[in-house]
Amino acid sequence: MDLSSISPVTLIVSLMAASTPILLAALGELIVEKSGVLNLGVEGMMIIGAVCGFIAAVTTGSPWLGFLFGAICGAAVSMIFAVLTQYLMANQVATGLGLTMFGLGLASLLGHSYTGINPPLFSQIHIPVLSDLPVVGRIVFGHDPMIYFSLALTFAIWYFLTRTRGGLVLRAVGESHDAAHALGYKVIRIRMLAIAFGGACAGLGGAYLSLVRVPQWAEGMTAGAGWIALAIVVFASWKPGRAIIGAYLFGGVTVLQLNLQAAGLAISPAYLSMTPYLATIIVLVIMASDKKRQSLNAPASLGKTFFAST
Amino acid sequence: MNLIKTLLAGAAVATGLAGAAFAEEKLKVGFIYIGPPGDMGWTYEHDQGRKAIVEALGDKVETTYVENVPESADSERVMTQMALSGHKLIFATSFNYMDHVMNVAKKFPDVKFEHATGFKRADNVSTYSARFYEGRAVIGHIAGHMTKTNTIGYIASYPIPEVIRGINSAYLAAKAVNPEVKFKVVWAYTWFDPGKEADAANALIEQGADVIMQHTDSTAPMSEMKKHEGIIGFGQASDMGQFAPNPRVSSIIDNWAPYYVERTQAMLDGTWESTDTWHGIKEGMVEIGEMTEAIPAEVRASAQELADKLASGEVHAFTGPINKQDGSAWLAEGETADDGTLAGMSFYVEGIEAEIPN
Repeated sequence: MDLSSISPVTLIVSLMAASTPILLAALGELIVEKSGVLNLGVEGMMIIGAVCGFIAAVTTGSPWLGFLFGAICGAAVSMIFAVLTQYLMANQVATGLGLTMFGLGLASLLGHSYTGINPPLFSQIHIPVLSDLPVVGRIVFGHDPMIYFSLALTFAIWYFLTRTRGGLVLRAVGESHDAAHALGYKVIRIRMLAIAFGGACAGLGGAYLSLVRVPQWAEGMTAGAGWIALAIVVFASWKPGRAIIGAYLFGGVTVLQLNLQAAGLAISPAYLSMTPYLATIIVLVIMASDKKRQSLNAPASLGKTFFAST
Repeated sequence: MNLIKTLLAGAAVATGLAGAAFAEEKLKVGFIYIGPPGDMGWTYEHDQGRKAIVEALGDKVETTYVENVPESADSERVMTQMALSGHKLIFATSFNYMDHVMNVAKKFPDVKFEHATGFKRADNVSTYSARFYEGRAVIGHIAGHMTKTNTIGYIASYPIPEVIRGINSAYLAAKAVNPEVKFKVVWAYTWFDPGKEADAANALIEQGADVIMQHTDSTAPMSEMKKHEGIIGFGQASDMGQFAPNPRVSSIIDNWAPYYVERTQAMLDGTWESTDTWHGIKEGMVEIGEMTEAIPAEVRASAQELADKLASGEVHAFTGPINKQDGSAWLAEGETADDGTLAGMSFYVEGIEAEIPN
């Protein structure tokens, strides 16, 4: 065993890249759940984003257009879920699961002729002087633009939820849709927007996977990342700042266990792989343990169907 | 028309099976895949084999495949479904389908099963595998010559004999040409997860490996290598030629097509028997993909020579003296490994510093 062969700097850099897809998807789902909707279709929206972003990037030669198109397509498929659950009152859990399976199948179909192609390169930014600083240079200034975007988005969502009127309305809809409706807020419309935002974020996360992290298109390439994003939202107790911690913990454990193995540490990878899930369960137990911790709880209307009687 | 031929072929099958009612039916051949045919690796080659059956035997057969079948009770359901819907020959193309194949085979004695890389057989279950380790020896030879950091990274899937054998074979061949060489092994615990495979490649590169070998099914490690300067790797299971000439400098190709066609033909002829097939470079089940210009000419020549000698049987990939990792003697000077030991190999050879997870 030679742990000195693991460089903390490169570990952090690769951890951030590995975590960004699940962070983006988790942030989107966080907004969706804050509005009181449980969309289990994250995996399906992600893979649609991955394949559509990839196709757009390969066709146009621009990774930026790839990201944009991935987000648009993620939002577009989420609208299937939105219409079914918000207007046709379908069960959210079943519809979400259906969206995942639909997304996986549709993505395989769309991506059929795109396997084995290399996408245009999306390079890391390089700021003269700053990026060349030891340690700090690579950790702070040496990433690709999407990583900075994901961090900025986290901050923006935190600001929106806690400091703006719009955020308050969104949370009100999620806590009690009947009360929000009585106050005159358009519950359905707000939820539609939240679901579209969630779809766009999941699509963006998928596009990051197929354009930067892997970068190629392969069927089923999300390999459960969408489900991890769902777990992160719970782990984060619906707070954006904690979603970063959750995403970096989940992503970090994967990267760390591979690095430890490469360094020759004889610990079963199974133990490390299960730690994020154990942490999620512990968070759930803490939440349930005490009434005073109610602020940690899920939005009260989460997963409930809203039917405007008047 | 081919009607007469079909009738004759069908009748030949029918005599051995259930009677004239089947005489007009095509032979239905089923495949279960661990990943998608679009993985450009392991499953891709099995699907090429399936297509070869269609090409060679045309309208005498009808093939079906189910992709992304987990190595769990799910696979039993899929195979049962296939057997119930009239498939007479079923190819199960991943190691851990093994016990499930045996279970389903017991229930359907009339259906023939072909299990890839396994070792359990029955009257209606054959096994087949390729001597991937011969290919591993050739790329190990190239890797030993090419590494500048003397560190070779190996992305392994599950600790099963097939994978361990590959690591040992590659190590011995690399060590033979470069005594300084070290192996770093990462177990991904998956056959197909592009994100994780890319992370594994990245972890190995960060820790100084400049040659990466993989025993997982996707091309993600290739994409990861491409992002770094001066890293080379080898196509696994399939040629992965889209990454040539760099980082992919050569490859191990599994060519299942001739075997699949032969076995299906045997079904049509009514001559199918339970067998155990283990073919290598000689029979063409293992092919070495084109070696690119990135490899120096003399290394290309010596690697080709090694491949030729492995094919002719002049050289065996496991030739003594070889000790096990713990230092105990395994093969004496000049002794070669027998197939039984190789098939169940669960130990590293001396010199590999990692441990096999259990």
